[in-house]
Amino acid sequence: MRKRKKRVLTVINIILMIIVLIFILYPFYSMALSSLKTTKELYNIHVNPLWVFKPTLENYVYLFTQTNYLRWYLNSAIVALTTTPISILVSILAAYALARLEFFGSKTLGIGIFIVYLIPQTLLFIPLARVINSMGVSNTLWSLILTYPTFQIPFSTWLLMGYFRGLPKEIEDAARVDGASRLKTLWTIVVPMSLPAIVTVTLFCFTLSWGELIYALTFISDSLKQTLSVGTTTELIRGDMFFWGPLMAGGLLAAIPVVLAFSFLVDYYISGLAAGSIK
Amino acid sequence: MRADGETPSALLGGSRKTMKSRIRNNLVGYSFLFPALAIILGMIAIPLVMSIYLCFTDARIGKPGHFVGLENFKFLFQNDVFWTTLYNSILFTVVSVALKLVIGLGVALLLYQPMFSNRWFRAIILLPWVIPSAFSILGWLWILDPLYGSLNWILTHLGFSKVPWLSSPFWARFSVILVNTWRGVPFFAIGLLGGLVGIPKDVYEAAEIDGAGAFKKFWSITLPLLKPPLLVITLFSVVMTISDFSIVYILTRGGPMNSTQVFATLAYQYGLSGGQLGLGAAVSLFMFPFLLFSAIILLRIISKEVY
Repeated sequence: MRKRKKRVLTVINIILMIIVLIFILYPFYSMALSSLKTTKELYNIHVNPLWVFKPTLENYVYLFTQTNYLRWYLNSAIVALTTTPISILVSILAAYALARLEFFGSKTLGIGIFIVYLIPQTLLFIPLARVINSMGVSNTLWSLILTYPTFQIPFSTWLLMGYFRGLPKEIEDAARVDGASRLKTLWTIVVPMSLPAIVTVTLFCFTLSWGELIYALTFISDSLKQTLSVGTTTELIRGDMFFWGPLMAGGLLAAIPVVLAFSFLVDYYISGLAAGSIK
Repeated sequence: MRADGETPSALLGGSRKTMKSRIRNNLVGYSFLFPALAIILGMIAIPLVMSIYLCFTDARIGKPGHFVGLENFKFLFQNDVFWTTLYNSILFTVVSVALKLVIGLGVALLLYQPMFSNRWFRAIILLPWVIPSAFSILGWLWILDPLYGSLNWILTHLGFSKVPWLSSPFWARFSVILVNTWRGVPFFAIGLLGGLVGIPKDVYEAAEIDGAGAFKKFWSITLPLLKPPLLVITLFSVVMTISDFSIVYILTRGGPMNSTQVFATLAYQYGLSGGQLGLGAAVSLFMFPFLLFSAIILLRIISKEVY
């Protein structure tokens, strides 16, 4: 009797998990499939949309030859790969100071970082448009390189601060007794011990800047200077015209670096997430 | 011997600090913090103050504008679109956060089962949250297409009629909430899973000896012990949902006829598309009370644990 009840529960669990997985994966499946369809198949309402019958790469070819897609990819890469390391370095320093050094206002500043972390881009994009304009960098990648650290740094500092606080103090103290400076202690002891958190934060910063939309939409108008998020959503959707095939191919290819980074670092990511931000 | 900073606690028991070491601590602390503080002050604090000032001006792109008092707010309050926006922002946030919570808790309980302990289940479920929404929502846009989308194809083959997912106000709101929920469930599921793992097993064993059933165990052990992470995750989600731009922008651009506008998209429409920076700033400032409210509660919970 009991065994039977258990088996029924197992079956229910499996069914529920399948439903969850379908719900989660449906959009990605649909994108991947549609990106391989011919225009004829995409717009034929009598063909089953959940399968592809004549796979083709024409949408990808269109993307690379008829649009500035490669340029957008490069632009996104430039912005993400310059801002992420800078933000991480700045955040490691700030987080260490806030977590370990007791100085005037350190507690207040720690709380301040958290509040700043909660301020969304959508609250800042209008005044920032003026700042960017007055700096003379609107419509250049500099506008993004200058603004993306503003959401990367508060988040990273907050997460790293939590992680640093949880590290045992004794090893650092021993190094300090041996005459190591703060900076040296941070670099040779704290950073190596915090790799999971640093990897997580790096991944986050990269992802956030890779997919950022509202700043890029606001500060940049020239097609050749756009990033992936803006390029795909404004050049492949024009008013009521949707270039569905290339749009799906573009969205999918854009997601690939993030998925790759994530798949290599899943464990780091999950443990870092559990240890730092939500405690 | 030491170049800077605090006296190691191992040496002096951490209590006696000389004046000199205190000054050093301040110097080192602020020099470590300086880059972060400079960026935060210059690119967040000053713009925030600017946006408060902009609300009271008729500034346009490239023009400084004049002080107009409360004109922008007067315009908003007399405008139906603004009230719809306020209604939508609250509706989307309340309904989708509630759905994320319930579904996310369900998924967390599912993932907690030993048979789904493989890390790839977690990885796959995290995908909607990991992949930038600017790309993943394009997939939804296509699924929800009234004519060629696969959702309507499935519905018609099951004998239902087609649904105007993005072209009727009711269904467009429904779709925005659906996609919001889809993107937020992983955050709740993985966050709450962390909470579930943290509950000691012997509490359940003790309850079993007392004859508690599965439901009773969930209601009187799991849920109360899960309350702190649940609250933190919920508040984070409120902040992210109320300030979101990309879901509405990509799915509906605020339409049909402004029926799905939220603060962020209306601010963009007035401020950037329409060029009225002052008006746009005024709209986006309405997010502030919600954020402040969440921030205060979050700080209370978090500061109890950290400090």
